[in-house]
Amino acid sequence: MSLDQLTNEAPAYNFAYLDEQTKRMIRRAILKGIAVPGYQVPFAAREMPMPYGWGTGGVQVTASVLGESDILKVIDQGADDTTNAVSIRNFFAKTANVELTTHTSEATVIQTRHRIPEEELQEHQTLVYQVPIPEPLRFLEPRETETRKMHALSEYGLIHVKLYEDIATHGHIATTYAYPVMVEGRYVMDPSPTPKFDNPKMHKSKALQLFGAGREKRIYALPPHTDVVSLDFEDHPFTIQEWPDTQCAMCGAEGVYFDEVILDDAGNNMFVCSDSDYCETRQSEGHLGPLNADYKERMQ
Amino acid sequence: MYVAVKGGEKAIKNAHTLFAAKRRGNENVPGLRLDQITEQLSFAVDRVMGEGSLYDPELAAMAIRQAQGDLIEAIFLIRAYRTTLPRFGYAEPIETGKMAIERRISATFKDLPGGQVLGPTFDYSHRLINFDFDPEAAPESPPSSDEDIDLNAEVPRVSDILGKSGMIEPDHQFDEGHETGDLTRTPIDFPTDRDVRLQNLARGDEGFLLALGYSTQRGYARSHPFAGEIRFGEVELEFFAEELGFAVPIGTMEVTECQMINQFKGSAKAPPAFTRGYGLVFGQAERKAMSMALVDRSLRWKELGEEFSAPAQDQEFVLSHSDNIQATGFVEHLKLPHYVDFQAELDLIRTMRKEFDAQQNKDGDDDAPKMEAAQ
Repeated sequence: MSLDQLTNEAPAYNFAYLDEQTKRMIRRAILKGIAVPGYQVPFAAREMPMPYGWGTGGVQVTASVLGESDILKVIDQGADDTTNAVSIRNFFAKTANVELTTHTSEATVIQTRHRIPEEELQEHQTLVYQVPIPEPLRFLEPRETETRKMHALSEYGLIHVKLYEDIATHGHIATTYAYPVMVEGRYVMDPSPTPKFDNPKMHKSKALQLFGAGREKRIYALPPHTDVVSLDFEDHPFTIQEWPDTQCAMCGAEGVYFDEVILDDAGNNMFVCSDSDYCETRQSEGHLGPLNADYKERMQ
Repeated sequence: MYVAVKGGEKAIKNAHTLFAAKRRGNENVPGLRLDQITEQLSFAVDRVMGEGSLYDPELAAMAIRQAQGDLIEAIFLIRAYRTTLPRFGYAEPIETGKMAIERRISATFKDLPGGQVLGPTFDYSHRLINFDFDPEAAPESPPSSDEDIDLNAEVPRVSDILGKSGMIEPDHQFDEGHETGDLTRTPIDFPTDRDVRLQNLARGDEGFLLALGYSTQRGYARSHPFAGEIRFGEVELEFFAEELGFAVPIGTMEVTECQMINQFKGSAKAPPAFTRGYGLVFGQAERKAMSMALVDRSLRWKELGEEFSAPAQDQEFVLSHSDNIQATGFVEHLKLPHYVDFQAELDLIRTMRKEFDAQQNKDGDDDAPKMEAAQ
């Protein structure tokens, strides 16, 4: 670039906001993460134009893997239209001008916070997680110097003791989200604060899974078909959340993760799919739940 | 019927519009001009430059105006802008010994080479609200010095004066080949050296450092500090130009430097001598520079062979929580929806409540003494 261009060109942000140098640095960290599944790779996270804790890690990872032909989906709590998902999607619409979608099957890159889509992901897809605290041992040991040592030595007794204490106190493990997993029998990993319901979807997933923690400056990854096993005990096997006899009030789905919606102050509630695209797709296919307006029409 | 949180897009747009209206306030009141902020709210500008780690008063003023006076928000704006700037290289170290002094005080010597220069300060003013304050009134013209202090003369630093007699530890030296770290380009790796620690403190939150520094004065890692010197003024900034083969001046900037002198009785590792804590901040920011120096000194416990006992000595605790942009982001992210996780917890609490109630009912059937024993 000549000095002329430097001075005359109107200032504009690079494709997907980050400059190419930064993207290269992040891609190196991602590659290292893929090479060592579950290992937290330190990276020089940049200050982003959204606050720390609001997806800066995920946004940097997405910005670094996004190409012009990609189709992007952004979800928060499983839904495409929650405010922060909308905000992040707008950010990429503005800075990368890539095609956007809300359909899980159409997307090549999906950035998520707190959920994994219900629909099974495929080889050509990348799931990018926003991670607040990447260290699964953090609440047992606050010091980074210590936890890194524990990972290096595969010294995971502490976390097993914690799970054991849960069982001793409550009769069952009292961790419901950010439930720790063992990756390829080597690293204990935080799956980000997804409900443990979603843990089995990580196991041997066909899609590439990338995790970005901006404030904590860590990236980690699960290459496709990686072993991801939720920690448990032989006599207390890992279980996921269940809603027996419950179906989605909108689409009638069962066995999915539900949002509980409070209908009034008299204790009435209903359950709907947390994955909004899954729910809408089912409705458009003709599946209707009992509280769906079309349902009553059909009954008449 | 079911309405949930649909329409996030429209809500965000409306929120922005509402906020823009709030920012402007009553339109009969003239809008703030940038020069009003840079000229009359200089401490706010300095703080935003310091913690935003970008020296540009006009940009800081823009950020303050846009953030409606929320300084942490303004710092955030500056940081997010700073990160997009191309990096040409690193400036030469500034020479604060050659500072054009505006203010320079020492609490350790009554008089010293270069003199005490009180300069512009809040110190010794009575904090009485001036009800008759006229913002348009021209201030009295500042008196000229009646002593022969040449403010343009080089004023040696107190630490250098003390250093000549060997009473104070020498300036911090790194091993040969030590490359100065850059925490904006490399994530902090604990334990970290003093260069990176000072960088972290220099952009750290003033309030956080103030509280930590204060804690060292109240016995949590007592470090017996004296304000050896606080100086504020303009320094020249130089950049080594590869093409020319020498450093060229690229501008000036105002900084506050604080050299804290701390009593040290010696340890197995070091002889008795005065030790230093160092603070350096953009603009006039004495509270911050002093707090930084106190915390810098307390973080040096290991190198000096002191006992570890307090939060202000704990690298990981101090450096991981000093950045107000990280802190405000993570605290405020609690405003984001968490209903997926909350649902999981709700489910768990319901289960545990059921178990608890069942246990209570069972215990209720038994006699009272046994219940006590069980508890």
